[in-house]
Amino acid sequence: MLPLPPTANDANLFKIMNYSPHSAEQTSHNMDKGEFLRQLKTQLKADNILSEPEQLRVYECDALSVYQVLPWLVVLPETTEQAQAVLKLCSKYGVPVVVRGAGTGLSGGALPVANGVLLSMAKFNRILAIDPDNRCARVQSGVRNLAVSEATAPYGLYYAPDPSSQLACTIGGNIAENSGGVHCLKYGLTVNNILSIHLLTIDGDLLTLGGAGLDSSGYDLLAIVTGSEGLLGIVVEATLKLLPMPETASTLLAIFTSIEQAGAAVAAIISDGLIPAGLEMMDSLAIQAAEAFIHAGYPVDAAALLLCEMDGMSEQVTEDIARARAIFYAQGASEVRLAETDHERKKLWAGRKATFPAVGRLSPDYYCMDGTIPRKYLADVLLGIADLAAQYGLAVANVFHAGDGNLHPLILYDANKDNDLARVEVLGHKILELCIAVGGTITGEHGVGMEKLNGMCLQFATAELQQFHAVKAAFDARGLLNAGKAIPSLARCAEFGAMHVHHGQLPRPDLERF
Amino acid sequence: MDNTDQLRECVLAAIAHKTPLHIIGGNSKAFYGRATQGEPFHVAKHSGVIHYEPTELVITARCGTPLADIKKLLTEHGQMLAFEPPHFGNTATIGGTVSAGLSGSRRAYTSAVRDVVLGIRLINGQGEVVKFGGEVMKNVAGFDVSRLQVGALGTLGVLLDISLKVLPRPETEITLAFILNEAQALTTMIELGRQNLPLSAMCFESNTLHVRLSGAESALKAAQQRLGGEVLSPIIAKTFWRSLREQQHEFFQGDTPLWRLSLAPATPQPQLSGQWFIDWGGALRWLKTDESAETIFATMQSLSAHACRFRSVLGCEFQPPAEALAKLQRNIKHAFDPHGLFNRGRLYAEW
Ligand SMILES: Cc1cc2nc3c(=O)[nH]c(=O)nc-3n(C[C@H](O)[C@H](O)[C@H](O)COP(=O)(O)OP(=O)(O)OC[C@H]3O[C@@H](n4cnc5c(N)ncnc54)[C@H](O)[C@@H]3O)c2cc1C
Repeated sequence: MLPLPPTANDANLFKIMNYSPHSAEQTSHNMDKGEFLRQLKTQLKADNILSEPEQLRVYECDALSVYQVLPWLVVLPETTEQAQAVLKLCSKYGVPVVVRGAGTGLSGGALPVANGVLLSMAKFNRILAIDPDNRCARVQSGVRNLAVSEATAPYGLYYAPDPSSQLACTIGGNIAENSGGVHCLKYGLTVNNILSIHLLTIDGDLLTLGGAGLDSSGYDLLAIVTGSEGLLGIVVEATLKLLPMPETASTLLAIFTSIEQAGAAVAAIISDGLIPAGLEMMDSLAIQAAEAFIHAGYPVDAAALLLCEMDGMSEQVTEDIARARAIFYAQGASEVRLAETDHERKKLWAGRKATFPAVGRLSPDYYCMDGTIPRKYLADVLLGIADLAAQYGLAVANVFHAGDGNLHPLILYDANKDNDLARVEVLGHKILELCIAVGGTITGEHGVGMEKLNGMCLQFATAELQQFHAVKAAFDARGLLNAGKAIPSLARCAEFGAMHVHHGQLPRPDLERF
Repeated sequence: MDNTDQLRECVLAAIAHKTPLHIIGGNSKAFYGRATQGEPFHVAKHSGVIHYEPTELVITARCGTPLADIKKLLTEHGQMLAFEPPHFGNTATIGGTVSAGLSGSRRAYTSAVRDVVLGIRLINGQGEVVKFGGEVMKNVAGFDVSRLQVGALGTLGVLLDISLKVLPRPETEITLAFILNEAQALTTMIELGRQNLPLSAMCFESNTLHVRLSGAESALKAAQQRLGGEVLSPIIAKTFWRSLREQQHEFFQGDTPLWRLSLAPATPQPQLSGQWFIDWGGALRWLKTDESAETIFATMQSLSAHACRFRSVLGCEFQPPAEALAKLQRNIKHAFDPHGLFNRGRLYAEW
């Protein structure tokens, strides 16, 4: 495939898509590093402070590794008091802070800032209490997501949000991103599954948000902190809701010869009143990649497949599976298979869960996008993405949470090829525009981070961005926490708007031009 | 009818004249929240469903849309508001429902108001019309300002439009009744809560534990066989749950102050005198008592729980926040409403 020459408009996009933080999004300070280190050492063990370049290198990026910044310093507090002391020092000298969980974030949220402290929560890795009667677990924020369900399994309980990265990602990171997973269609996102958190503010105040019960008084600050990408405070501890493990789970594999049919089948399932525990879609490239890697028994010649899981009491599951099967056939599925054994069921899901690495085998690099759209536009948007991909001469594999309209187009590319990444970013940006155009959003679960600041300029108007900045200031008046992430400066949006002329019209005429 | 412009004019005028506003929807929950100062500001005319698409599981409506209308529309399409909102009167609007943030018995098993709010349009205290979230299920672009409005009692702005996630109605529901004492009931609720059952409500009062199950008929039959208990006739069950939701049940009558306590479900009954009604499988306890507010707030604080004096001649009062949290809440209020226009004093006395 020959890449099309970029349009004039694209050339502009290239220029603004390299992600050096905007000058309006940087926080400067005059603190001397040696002096800062000396003061830090009065609070933390020397082992828990890293300042040598080769030590810092480990922290230079998250899972969006195309962006790398060496942090000023890395600290790894072991206790809340130590974390508090670090924050107080940073606050005192105006040093910016970036918090990091496991660094599996896909939007550059944990990308360091060059003159700031990277605060790693890696040592906050203890499960503090499991309370089966109250169906909750109290954990430190650096605990891995999967570790919670593993620890609570003996009580017949589990923690529902299950991001594909759950082996590695931390509860703190999950809260900061409001992460979802395959099961969030039925069981909700992180925000729906936490009872309370302990939050350290940049001033070093320790707050409890939420409570032991379900409702609490005053503003729902738990809600605003969830998904706030480390901009409002540092989560040190969380109490998570646990659910009884389902008695039964059954999975259907529905095979389609067109994307349109598969998309329509998703809508049909929902409109029939079924809420599957998981409803995932894969397109042909994703199917082929996963099958070559895992041998899950996927049909390699299908245009699309749906994995549909029902769970609960066995009688309920039997009925739901029968209904879903009938719907898939009515929507034109060429075949619907029920996983007959638990082994078969797990194999079907193993294929789905390994699709990212499987796609990684097809191409030297891939870029994972994330946007949500109304379900009814699934087929249109997927076809739109295919058109765009062809225009930019790039291949895109789709594997995603179809049940809640959350797309994850994976763009295949080669970072060693000149211009490939730039083209990927422009294509990615166009895909997000498509999501916004059908009433969707630029990120369903991976966050804005550093990556989607420009996209935010498209999705929100000035007054809304100002409102976000006001919320940020309510927690962190000097903008020290994760400075320059998640919420773009008005200056950035003005410049972006000026370059990003759309259909001959300025998309953001409301913005003052800088 | 879209009254955005008119409402915005009023807010701008209020800013200009420094007139605090007391936002009123259907006035059905006037008793909830502290007494509010300000000029009555009626918003119920901003009304009507803007967008409803059953396959998307989303409804978007203007704040003044009657709750009853929304429920009727959803029922026609086999769907529901899964947080089982109390109306507390025929005039309840969706705006007031979201602002009050009160959820019914399904809260502990299905969802709360906060779980279903997907997006909002708001007039903030600068008189700007701002929009957050949207109609999609998953959205992490920007801070979750929409959910922040739930339970804020209108102190952060005038809610214009609200997008809510809706759910399919369960195929069937049955309610089982068990004659038990309070201690037995608490233990039973803990045990049932730990099992994979299609629970949609559990409550206890005087000597009866009510357990509601929702789902396919075959599943409910199986569950009922496992649990035993007496099956209530559908009409009696429906009346019972409605009387609880709307607080028409005889427990809620009388002049003794009524407290709403939100605590961990397995908490043994706190040492407070009075009469109890236990809902949400133990996580919500209604208490009719003459105990002092200080005693109740202190007891709840020791349990990391939250209390609200819900109905009383003394007025409504919320669990006071710790100092640092009080400061942060004041900052949030200021971030949305710098001139202190909206529903002054409704949440806390100071602002
Ligand atoms: C292969 C793969 C699959 C993935 N699948 C999914 C998926 O299915 N669903 C999904 O939602 N995401 C998924 N992700 C994205 C990522 O795993 C999640 O966003 C995860 O929640 C990040 O957790 P983390 O501990 O790695 O956080 P990090 O990457 O370290 O940090 C993420 C953000 O959270 C902030 N943060 C971290 N800890 C704290 C804290 N204690 N307090 C305050 N802020 C904090 C950081 O500053 C940063 O902004 C996937 C990633 C990969 C690599």
